[in-house]
Amino acid sequence: MTFPSGTLLAQSALSGIFIGSLYGLLGLGLGLAWGLLHVINLAHFGFAFLAAYLCYQLASVGGMDPLLTLVLIVPLFAVLGIAVQWLLARFAVSPLNSLLATFGLTAIIEAGIQGVWTADFRKLESVYTGLKFRIGGLFVPVPELLTLVVALALSFGIWAAMRYTSLGRALRALAEDAPIASAFGVDARAHALLLSGLCGALAGIAGVCLALSFTLTPAQIYAWVGVVFAAVMLGGLGSALGPLAAGIVIGVSEAVTMAFASPSWAPIVSFTILILLLLLRPERT
Amino acid sequence: MTRIGRIACIGAACAWLVAAGGALAQGAQPPIRIGSTLALTGPLAATSLVHKVVGEIYVEQLNKRGGLLGRQVEWIVRDDQSKPDLARTLYEQLVTADKVDLLMGPYATGAILSAMGVAQRYNKVLVHHTFGIPSMAKYEMQFPAWSLGPEPGTTVPNTVFDALAASPKPPKTIAVVTSKFPSVHFMSLGAREVAKKRGLTEVLFLEWDFGNLDYGPIAARIKDAKPDFIWVGAIGLEGNQLLDALSKIDYTPQEHFYMYPAPGPMSKSPLANNALSMTVFEEHPPFTNAPGVKEFIDLYHERARKAGIPDTNVEVQAAASYTAWQILEAGVKGAGSLDDKAIAAYLKTHRIDTIQGKLRFDGPSNYGDDLMRVKQVQDGRWVTVYPKEYAAPGATLRVP
Repeated sequence: MTFPSGTLLAQSALSGIFIGSLYGLLGLGLGLAWGLLHVINLAHFGFAFLAAYLCYQLASVGGMDPLLTLVLIVPLFAVLGIAVQWLLARFAVSPLNSLLATFGLTAIIEAGIQGVWTADFRKLESVYTGLKFRIGGLFVPVPELLTLVVALALSFGIWAAMRYTSLGRALRALAEDAPIASAFGVDARAHALLLSGLCGALAGIAGVCLALSFTLTPAQIYAWVGVVFAAVMLGGLGSALGPLAAGIVIGVSEAVTMAFASPSWAPIVSFTILILLLLLRPERT
Repeated sequence: MTRIGRIACIGAACAWLVAAGGALAQGAQPPIRIGSTLALTGPLAATSLVHKVVGEIYVEQLNKRGGLLGRQVEWIVRDDQSKPDLARTLYEQLVTADKVDLLMGPYATGAILSAMGVAQRYNKVLVHHTFGIPSMAKYEMQFPAWSLGPEPGTTVPNTVFDALAASPKPPKTIAVVTSKFPSVHFMSLGAREVAKKRGLTEVLFLEWDFGNLDYGPIAARIKDAKPDFIWVGAIGLEGNQLLDALSKIDYTPQEHFYMYPAPGPMSKSPLANNALSMTVFEEHPPFTNAPGVKEFIDLYHERARKAGIPDTNVEVQAAASYTAWQILEAGVKGAGSLDDKAIAAYLKTHRIDTIQGKLRFDGPSNYGDDLMRVKQVQDGRWVTVYPKEYAAPGATLRVP
């Protein structure tokens, strides 16, 4: 095995940071819902891809700037997130059953996407595609950098809100002990709907980032589930910063593995980290 | 009425009854039912849609020509959701519950293998269009329309390297990077062996799991290795994903080959200029010289557009699909019956005229000649460039 050059290692690590930030961005909404609402929302991935397709449609066909599509996508998916939470609360769905129910919803979303856009590949070509700049010998592609910046901003923003605002304190109190929090005047139902709206909006934003960097096909929805779940579990359920940190750890570990060894070894490394953590620190999940 | 008159009337009535009965019987003949599955949903749905459109066109044209054995043909297609295990169940149902007369193969290697097992169990002929691993086709009554030949792991790379050797700039170093998807992986391993025998220096060999999301490090390693030629064992979108990753680090491959790319996205990508691949048919002479081909191409353009298929050109998938139907039709007509053994016996002993050329099924695993040609993306479309007799008019293999 030959030792890779410094440039190759650094470029691979950078690639790992970028894809890790997307894992984190996808995991942010999933982890918040899971940890604070006890809802394992698999439809989060379906929503992200639906948002990606809508971004593609508005930008490719409608001629909108892909980033401007957020103006429409964020509120739309916030409403969708609220609608899902309303339904789950209405029927008092348990966490395990929420996994099953939202899996079904994901299949419906996938079928809907295929019905409208067919199963063929769709690639968003925009002003951002191909944009990149150099730092020394390293290339920094702009769409991926945008994803990293958005992921950092949202993760830190939500962390700060959870820590320093009364809304954040209320949400944490509800997650820890809902009846006591309600006794202190925290409206559990309203806060749950608000949080799920936020999670829906986060799925929408992640979808736009997906559309900027990746070719879309409906079946790709499931390709992200395993690694994003790993990021959420590694980062801690309900954590705002955890999925991003874990996503980047996973992304970089996979990328560096690919720089040294056969790329087919990459998932072994990341999932080994997950298994070790689950064995050694099960209380994190 | 006299006695003779009464006999004449009865005779005429009987004759009329016989004639009417005959006419009714012919008109009431049930259609010949051909059953298959396709991946109408799931990850393989994009390419399956091509096969659905082609099958519908063929059956329609066949019925206009009088059908098979004087009977109309009905195609029953079920959705196997891109799952080989479901394909197996559905083929069982087609044979035992729907009691179809004939079978047609599904899309992609995994499902075809499943269907083959069922066909073998019930002694049914199975013509299939997209089986990628000839060595696994053990059933004696299966007939492939994907003209890979019995040893494509050797013959296909040799064709590619022959084309490169005949170009103005034959490569000296090679990087083999491949998905571990079964039907491309063994071809890539074959390419390594052939490259070694032909004196090319392998500067990089990488494998990734099908479904890999990050091609950044793979691209960085290719750039670091600086190969003259990259053999990319890619299927579907993987080739485009790798090209995207390469462009992000400002690397343009010198000469590059993709095993089974999604043809539309690859040809339309501005990054794929000069990309090579394999084909059995493209929309230019001499392929379009065969009778009936132009009509099929025009119909396919129209129906593919209506079905929302982004790339409406007839290329290798559509051609293999059409070929499969031609083989089945020829087999039934040649045998003069729907008896599977008779159809199989006919196909094994005759060459069949198809849009790919004359096919034979008397080799190992019923594979005949390797009819794969080399095509290249030139100015946003695929054109055949090698061998010369199949090249598009005026086209030659371009090198940077």
